[in-house]
Amino acid sequence: MRIDLNEIQHWIKQGSRILDLGCGDGTLLKFLHDNKQTEGYGLEIDAEQINICIDKGLNVIEQNLDRGLGNFADNSFDTVLMTQALQTLHFPHKVLDEMLRVGKECIVTFPNFGHWKARYHLATRGRMPVSDLLPYEWYNTPNIHFCTFKDFEVLCREKNIKVIHRQVVNEQSVQLLKDAMPNLFGETAIYHLSKQ
Amino acid sequence: MPDVLPPDSVGIVTPQTLHFSEPLLLACGKTLSDYQLVYETYGQLNAHKSNAVLICHALSGHHHAAGYHSMSDKRPGWWDSYIGPGKPIDTHKFYVVSLNNIGGCHGSTGPSSINPETGKPWGPDFPKLRVRDWVHSQARLADKLGIDVWAAVIGGSLGGMQAMRWTLEYPHRVRHCAVIASALKLSAQNIAFNETARQAIISDPNFHDGRYQEHDTVPRHGLGVARMIGHITYLSDYDMGEKFGRDLRSGSFDIGSDEDVEFQIESYLRYQGGNFAKQFDANSYLLITKALDYFDLGREYGDDPIAAFKLAQAKFLVISFSTDWRFAPERSHEIVSALIGANKAVTYAEIESKSGHDAFLLPDERYQQVFGRYLAGIATE
Repeated sequence: MRIDLNEIQHWIKQGSRILDLGCGDGTLLKFLHDNKQTEGYGLEIDAEQINICIDKGLNVIEQNLDRGLGNFADNSFDTVLMTQALQTLHFPHKVLDEMLRVGKECIVTFPNFGHWKARYHLATRGRMPVSDLLPYEWYNTPNIHFCTFKDFEVLCREKNIKVIHRQVVNEQSVQLLKDAMPNLFGETAIYHLSKQ
Repeated sequence: MPDVLPPDSVGIVTPQTLHFSEPLLLACGKTLSDYQLVYETYGQLNAHKSNAVLICHALSGHHHAAGYHSMSDKRPGWWDSYIGPGKPIDTHKFYVVSLNNIGGCHGSTGPSSINPETGKPWGPDFPKLRVRDWVHSQARLADKLGIDVWAAVIGGSLGGMQAMRWTLEYPHRVRHCAVIASALKLSAQNIAFNETARQAIISDPNFHDGRYQEHDTVPRHGLGVARMIGHITYLSDYDMGEKFGRDLRSGSFDIGSDEDVEFQIESYLRYQGGNFAKQFDANSYLLITKALDYFDLGREYGDDPIAAFKLAQAKFLVISFSTDWRFAPERSHEIVSALIGANKAVTYAEIESKSGHDAFLLPDERYQQVFGRYLAGIATE
């Protein structure tokens, strides 16, 4: 399982009601259902991913996140999750507002664009970074709103969002450096949020 | 006509008829003392009787959903693309029951049947029906077939309304409910189309206040126009443009034509209307469109579909089609939102299609995948 997904489970309570935005092939939903007895729904727009969710017997709903979450009531989920999808949204700040409206708590993960590899790539080659985690060219990437750790911190402050936990994870862990300078050495950011 | 039956066809099927002599109390307060239902079955009921699937038909549908009645049939049943061995409703796995609803005109008791009290056709005196009346009559059919719980109740359009109503009237008798191209209730625009179609029938001089059978005639023209109106709303603008465009059937754009039918689309609609008028009963059309108009899933639950769906025990599959403007994806969003609000299991797919409302009947790769993979998952339960 992707490393950010593995970390997330510690913040999900047994038997809670969850909503997974951009649930992909349902790996996380299925894992949480099997291990934490959660119930809930996944939202996805990719046809093949939806098919795989159906094969797994998950509640998957075809819905574009940029259309908002108008069909979900205030505080109707214990946790609203969104893993590695923030950077693909047209209006990430608005979706974040919606997540905090619908969920009592939220968990967001995204690739940290401030990671040293990205900085090095841009600084030395003068071109947009392409890596294992972000294997796209600038013109065909679904990732249209990159941000760094610090950027996200600023957004949370501006929106008066409470950060319950923050964590960075790397596929190959460079623990000390990562903990000392997360914006430079953290590949993936994981935020556990709630309203103030 | 197939020379050889396709391997994924249910093959030659024979409709069956069951008589019901226990009176059926209808929503309108009247009672149908005696009635019959015509139905077909495909596949085998398993020993636990746990693999039965009910197909609920739409406005112009009937019991003949799959296979052929004889080798000389021009076309198979109306949902043959989705019912058969290896198809989404897989007859290797499921025992499929498809009936003609009461009020219809394909063998089940309806306005063209004889009213036992008068010895004459019911005609316009046939009791008004609501969707729930069909559901109750279907439940009686299930009783006679020995089916306590349906693995799934499935329907498109008006059939989807029946499937949803099943989950509220008989929550413990439905494990899964598939609602395709349907709605919680019709919009004003939808009712307007139905009313225009009804007026076409009623204003036909051969209608005779619905007693046309006694006058040994049929309001064929009015029924044909009603079907033309319906048909326009079942296709998308794109689809109609692709199929017919502005092509002329005769004459030229310079000087026009003296022919009665000029554009290809006119010819097509007249053919469809004329054909339908030969096969369908006008009073059935009036009766069934009224049941459609009156359907409102949440009405008796404080106009709250969430409160309604809280009664349901089933898991739901909801499917809509992008260019369907008669039962638009927004109508399916309303169903899904209500199910989410009621904390019910639901899977929803919005199929990209060019075929408008008719898409629910037509072969489509993604639709077949979503539908088939969902049903494959429940076959093992």
